[in-house]
Amino acid sequence: MSVTRSSIPGSESESDHVVSDTPQPPDDLAMGAVLDPEIAGEMAEVAGLSQSQIVRRRFFRHKGAMVSLLILAFIVILAATSVGWGPIPGWWKYSYDDLVPRTGDDGGPTMSLRPQWLGGSGIGLGEHPLGVDNELGKDMFALNMRGVQTSLTIIVVLGLMSTSIGVVVGALSGYYGKWVDSLLMRFTDVIIVIPLLVIAAVAGFALGFSGKWSVAIALGAFTWTGLARLVRAEFLALREREFVDAARVANASNMRIIFKHILPNTVGTIVVSTTLLMGAGLLTEAALGFLGFGVRAPETSLGTLVNQYQGAYETRPWLFIWPGILIVAIVLCLQFIGDGLRDAFDPRQKRIPNRKDLDRDGGGEAKRDAQARAIGTTVARSLGSGA
Amino acid sequence: MFVYICRRIVAGAFVMVGASFILYLLMTKAGDPLAFTLQISNPTQRAAVIGTVTETLSLDVPPVERYLQWLSRLVLEQDFGLVSTTQQPVWDELTRRVPLTLKLVSTATLLSIVFGVMTGMLSALRQYSGFDYIVTFTTFVFFSLPVFWVAVILKAWGGINLNDWLRDGAHFSVTFIVVMSIFAGVVGASFAGGTKLRKTVTGAISGAIAALLMSWMSSTQWLLDPGFGPILFAVLGFGIAAGVVAVMSGWRNARARNAALITAAIGIVSYLPMQSVFDDAINIWMLLGWMAIAIGVATAVGYAVGGFDKGQSARTASIVALLMGVLMFVDRMMQSWAAYSASSVIRNRPIKTIGHQEERLDGSFWLVANDTFSHLFLPTLALMLISVASYTRFSRGSMLEVLDQDYIRTAQAKGLTKRTVVVRHALRNALIPLATIVAFDISGIIGGAVITESVFQWDGMGRLFIDGLREIDPNRVMAFFVVTGTFAVVFNLIADVGYAFLDPRIRVGE
Repeated sequence: MSVTRSSIPGSESESDHVVSDTPQPPDDLAMGAVLDPEIAGEMAEVAGLSQSQIVRRRFFRHKGAMVSLLILAFIVILAATSVGWGPIPGWWKYSYDDLVPRTGDDGGPTMSLRPQWLGGSGIGLGEHPLGVDNELGKDMFALNMRGVQTSLTIIVVLGLMSTSIGVVVGALSGYYGKWVDSLLMRFTDVIIVIPLLVIAAVAGFALGFSGKWSVAIALGAFTWTGLARLVRAEFLALREREFVDAARVANASNMRIIFKHILPNTVGTIVVSTTLLMGAGLLTEAALGFLGFGVRAPETSLGTLVNQYQGAYETRPWLFIWPGILIVAIVLCLQFIGDGLRDAFDPRQKRIPNRKDLDRDGGGEAKRDAQARAIGTTVARSLGSGA
Repeated sequence: MFVYICRRIVAGAFVMVGASFILYLLMTKAGDPLAFTLQISNPTQRAAVIGTVTETLSLDVPPVERYLQWLSRLVLEQDFGLVSTTQQPVWDELTRRVPLTLKLVSTATLLSIVFGVMTGMLSALRQYSGFDYIVTFTTFVFFSLPVFWVAVILKAWGGINLNDWLRDGAHFSVTFIVVMSIFAGVVGASFAGGTKLRKTVTGAISGAIAALLMSWMSSTQWLLDPGFGPILFAVLGFGIAAGVVAVMSGWRNARARNAALITAAIGIVSYLPMQSVFDDAINIWMLLGWMAIAIGVATAVGYAVGGFDKGQSARTASIVALLMGVLMFVDRMMQSWAAYSASSVIRNRPIKTIGHQEERLDGSFWLVANDTFSHLFLPTLALMLISVASYTRFSRGSMLEVLDQDYIRTAQAKGLTKRTVVVRHALRNALIPLATIVAFDISGIIGGAVITESVFQWDGMGRLFIDGLREIDPNRVMAFFVVTGTFAVVFNLIADVGYAFLDPRIRVGE
C-alpha cells in the first residue's frame, strides 16, 4: 500500500495525515479509489501477477508456514540421510537394525546443548544422542530416524491415494449429480462408518503385505471420504457457472470440463485438505501402531516406538519421549503449512497490516483500520462474504 | 419434512446393512478366532473349547451365510450372540459398559464444549490480538498431540508425581508460582484491548491475583483439604451474579441486576442451612430436585422484580441460581475430599490412574462422588485436550463469520451497546452451526474412546471393541458397530433437521 502514497515530511497533526493519506491511485487502479485504501494497496500489489504467483507470494509471506516448512525439511533431510534409505547408506554410524554394545550407565541421551562455559559438557552429539535401549541394544537415534522414514512414507502414500480417490469420487458425484451422486455418496457413507481399526487389522493379517505398505494402503483406501465431500460441494457450485456453459457450448467433453475447467478451480481446497489429512494420517498411523495394529517388528514407526516403550516412561523417559516429540513436530508443521496454504488460496484474504506498516503509513490509516475493525467488517470482507 | 425424515431413515438403514455386511466379512478375514485356545494345554479341554467357539461363532458355515444368520438373529430375536472367549451374552456386556462410557466421555465432552466455545468466542472478539495468537497456537499444538502419548504421560505423572506432591504437603514451588503468574499476566495483558497502559495494568493485576491466590493455596495447603467456607462462598456468589449480569443483561438494566443480586443473596443465606441437607443419605435425584427448587425460586424472584421485562430478569436470575447451585455442590464435595483421601483404601494417594471406581471403598454418597472424580480426573484431561482445541477452532471461525455479516453492522449502526450486539445478535447466530457439531459429537460419545479407555483401563465401549478385535470376535465388534452406527445415523439426522429448525435459511428435503 505504500506505492499509493508518499510521506509528507513535516505534517505532524493527525488531520494533516488524514488529508495527505487520501490515496491517489494510478489510473489503472481506478476501482481502488472507491474502495478501502487497503484494497487499493492490495490490488496494486497483485496487479499483473498470475493466480499461482499471488498464491506463492502470500504463502511465502506466512511466517508460521515458512518456519514450519524449514523445520519439516530439516526433519525429512535428517531422516532421509542419517540412517540411509533403502540401498543408499547414511552418514550415521549405526543403522536401526544394528546391535550396539551396551553402555555401562542407564543409556541416557549423550546429546548436549549446553556449552562448557555454562557448566555443561559442550555442544555435541556424543555416542548416542537420543540415548540407547540397553535391553535390546538399539541406538535410539537410528531407531527414531527409521521411525520417521516409515511414518513419512505412510503419510505420503496415504495422501496420494486418498487425494486421488477423493477427488475422482467427489468430482464425478458433484458434476453428474442425480443417481451417480446418490450412489457415490451412499458408498461414501458406508466407508465412513466402518472403523479404521478393523481395516488395519484386516490389512495386517489377511493382505500379508510387509508392515508399512499394508498400513498405508489400508489408511489411504478409507480416509478419502472427507475430501470427496469437500470436492463434491465445490463441484456443485462451480458446475452452474458460466465458464462451464461456455466450455460446453464449445463442445468440450464431460471429462475435459471436469478435469480441465472445473478441477483447477478446486486446487486450493484439495491442497489444503491434503496437507491437513497427512497430518491427521500421521496421528492415525501412530495410534494404530500404539494399539498394536500398525507397523510391526522388525519394521518400526513412530507410533510403534511409543507403544514399545510406554512402560519405560518412568525409568528411562528418553525412550518414550522422543518418538512423541517427533510426531508432534511433524504434525504441527503440517498444520501450520496447511494454515498458510489456506490463507494463500483464500481470495478473501486480506493482508493484516502489522504495527510497523501502520507506523510507516501514518496515523490516519491506522485509525481508519481500527474503525473498520471495530465495526467488525471491512469492505473487502463484506464483498467476499456476499459472494 | 416428514417425507424427508422417512427417506433419511430408510437410507440410513441401507447404509447400516451395507456397512455391517462389509464389516462382518472383514472380521472373518481379520485373523484366527481360535488363536486364544492355543494357551490351553490339555488337548481334550482345548478340543471342547474349540467346539464351543465354533458353535458360538458359526465357524462351520461360509462367511456370507454366517452374516445372514447373525443378521436374522439380531433383527428377529434382538440377540447379539455370545462373547467368544467367555460365552457370556454380548447384551450383558453392552448394558454394563454403556453407562461407564457415558460417564467418562460425556463429562469430557460437556467440559470441552463449555471451555472450547468460551475460548473460541473470546478469541474471535479479540481477533489478531496477542490473546488470539496464543489461543490459535495452543489449539494447533493440542491438535498435533497424539492422545495415547499424552495419556501415558498423564498416567505416569498423575499416578506418581502428583500423588507424591500431594503427600508432601501440596506446596507450590516459588519457580512454579512465578512462572504461572507471569503466564497469567501475559494472557491478561494480551486479552485486554486498548492502550499500552491498560494492557500493562490488566496484565499486572491478573499476574498479582494469580500469585496471591497460589501463595495462599500453597501456605494453607488448601488442596489437601479444599473448600470455600461461607465467606469465600459469598464473595464467589456475588462475583457470579456480577459476571452473569454483565453478560446477560448489562449493568444498566436495574431490574435484572436486582433480580440477580437478590438470588445471589438467597443462595448465600441458604449456604449454612443447606449443609444439613447435603447429608450422607442424599442421592443424585434429590440433588437435581434441589437444583430445580433453586431455579424455581430464582425464576420467581425474576418475575417479582422484573417489571416490564420479566423474561430477561428471570433468565438472568436462573443462571445465577444454577451456577451457585453447582458451586455449592462443588464446595460440599471438597469438604469430603480430606476424608476420602485419608480413607483406608485410598491411603493418601487420591489421584487414580486405573479403572472407574475403587471397589473396596464403602462410604457415603460424598465419598463415592469424590472417588468418581479422582478416577475421572486424568482420563477426562486427556480427552479434553483435543476436543477443546477443535471446539475453540470451530467456534472462533463461526463467530468471525457472523461478525462479518451485514446485520451485525446494522445492529452497531443503530446504536446498540457492544454487549447487546455480541450476546444477542452475534453469539446466538454463531451457536447455530455449533449445534450440528455438538449433535454429531454426542453420537460419538457412546462409542467411547478406544485409546483413552485402553490406557486408563476404563471398562467402556471402546475396550469392548478393541478386545473383540484383538480376539477376532465378530459378535462383540458387530454389537459395538450396531450401537454406535445407529446412534451416528440418528444424531446426524437430528443435526440436519435441527439445523433447518434453528436457521430458517436452511431448507431440507426440497
